Amino acid sequence: MSDKPIIHCTGVHKWFGDFHALRGIDLDVYEGEVIVIFGPSGSGKSTFIRTINRLEEHQQGEIIVDGIELSHDVRNIELIRMETGMVFQQFNLFPHLSVMQNVTLAPIWVRNLPKEEAEEKAIELLELVGIPEQAHKFPGNLSGGQQQRVAIARALAMEPKIMLFDEPTSALDPEMIKEVLDAMIDLAKSGMTMIVVTHEMGFAREVADRMYFFDEGVIVETGTPDEIYKNPQEDRTKLFLSQILQH
Amino acid sequence: MAIKEIEQDFIRPPQPPGPMRWIKENLFSGFINSILTVLLFPAIIYLLYQISKWVLFGANWQAVSQFPMLFAVGQYPRDQIWRVGFIFSGLMFMLGISWGRWGGLLKSIALAAGSLLLLIAVLPVQHPQLDMTMRIYLGSTILLILVGYLIGNKTRLKNATIIAGWFVIPTIGIVLLAGFEASERIPPVQTTLWGGLLVTFLLAAGGIILSFPLGVALAFGRRSDLPVVSGFSTVFIEVIRGVPLVTILFMFSIILALFLPVESRIDRLVRALMAVTVFSAAYSAENVRGGLQSVPLGQIEAAKALGMGKLHTTVFIVLPQALRAVLPAIVGQFISLFKDTTLVVIIGINDFLGIGRSIINSDPEFVQMRTEVYIFMAVVYWIFSYLMSLASRRIESAMGIESNL
Repeated sequence: MSDKPIIHCTGVHKWFGDFHALRGIDLDVYEGEVIVIFGPSGSGKSTFIRTINRLEEHQQGEIIVDGIELSHDVRNIELIRMETGMVFQQFNLFPHLSVMQNVTLAPIWVRNLPKEEAEEKAIELLELVGIPEQAHKFPGNLSGGQQQRVAIARALAMEPKIMLFDEPTSALDPEMIKEVLDAMIDLAKSGMTMIVVTHEMGFAREVADRMYFFDEGVIVETGTPDEIYKNPQEDRTKLFLSQILQH
Repeated sequence: MAIKEIEQDFIRPPQPPGPMRWIKENLFSGFINSILTVLLFPAIIYLLYQISKWVLFGANWQAVSQFPMLFAVGQYPRDQIWRVGFIFSGLMFMLGISWGRWGGLLKSIALAAGSLLLLIAVLPVQHPQLDMTMRIYLGSTILLILVGYLIGNKTRLKNATIIAGWFVIPTIGIVLLAGFEASERIPPVQTTLWGGLLVTFLLAAGGIILSFPLGVALAFGRRSDLPVVSGFSTVFIEVIRGVPLVTILFMFSIILALFLPVESRIDRLVRALMAVTVFSAAYSAENVRGGLQSVPLGQIEAAKALGMGKLHTTVFIVLPQALRAVLPAIVGQFISLFKDTTLVVIIGINDFLGIGRSIINSDPEFVQMRTEVYIFMAVVYWIFSYLMSLASRRIESAMGIESNL
């Protein structure tokens, strides 16, 4: 762990019209850390993770990613997006491109990688997430779990320093959740800096360094998985945990 | 045991119905359907009998059969007709190459065109315009299709080269058709002499090729953040869509000529092409815009998250998906454009329909045959419109298999 955070957020506010979605978020992430964010729907957790690569614009506060401050400067935004990979709840694979093209498109056109090199790398990444044999299929012919693993490979192909996961398993059938989580656990253990919005508590327990509980746009509680599970301090955290851990 | 038996039942796939079953299920499935079948069957037979009787014996096709060249190229000087022959053979050659490379619908079209040419070449009739030279020309064009097929099938010609050929050959052809000012062997031919199917195809193909990129540009223009660009695009689209094509044709053919100095006057045919292009572009723009709106936001976010800029996102992510979504509408637009070219008659251009009308009006005897002339022209328009429609469906299903959109 280095002494300077790779992501540094202070006093981040965000409004959607009159709705105050983020109310002063302070959060630092250090290189190699795995952060899990959880909380009820509408708590601002997805909004927050999307401000980090500027899919949502924050209106107040400061976000610095790998030494680059997020501002209106388009070049800064594109630099930060090259440093951060994102995996979406709905996969968002490009349906008109093959798996291979999905993974190689951005490296070829944004990183200017030669096509052969990009494809070699894509094969490696698809092997890493366990689906090298699907390279020439189209996303529509894959299962949800396979699609999400392609999405992970696609994000990794840009060689990001940080990976953002926005509820990556919420749209999956139960039997497919494990294959995606396994890929994410492998990634976490390889030392990738990750911020994961998820309710998969098993995943959090296994690899998270710290957990943040969001509610109504603020961080209610933070701690290691052990602290959060065994000894939550706040009533809201206790209530929420009891609801999601009931079954 | 019981479960086993049920499984056996499920394993057998449903049997396709035999012919008797098919007739029973489709024609005699109920009392009313049986009555309808019994009544309609003789009616249809009778109708077909009457139609074929008229086509073969009643109708007088003289007004059509006497002027094949006129229908094909209008008044284009007959001693320069080889230039049209060059374009036609060139296109048939490209058709052959494309058949060899891609097959599918192109194969059907190439075979149909080849058989038609062969049929005409060996037609056992005396016709002044079907002399030995013409028959030899048709025969060699068939050979060109076959040579093209071999080239497309056996060589490693790049797909892009083939597509480029489809643009280069007609372009050379059009330059050739117009001729050169200083040349004695290839003198200029005024466009007032061009006509028939030649002009119809030039206007339709030119209109399609030019209006499509213009339409895409206008669609993006209308969505632009810059008020000047979006304002201009919106006004352009709404004005053009708000007036009939006839008006636009008049505007381009008369008013444009009034404003421009005499020496910079644009050719009549080009003005007609501009009018058709602008008209079609406005409609295409709205179709494309519909497609752009149908691309989910998540697609754009995914591209952004990968660090892709606006241009790359548009070219690789948004546009391909938008065009796929509205392909049927765009082809529909092209088909109407093809038929709308008939309106150029009113600004004095003798396209296919115009030639037919002038033939009818040229002789009181032909006035009697106007039904035959119009039916012939309708069939020709239908054939080409239907081909476009077929091509669109083939492309759609090919895309469907690829992407499962």
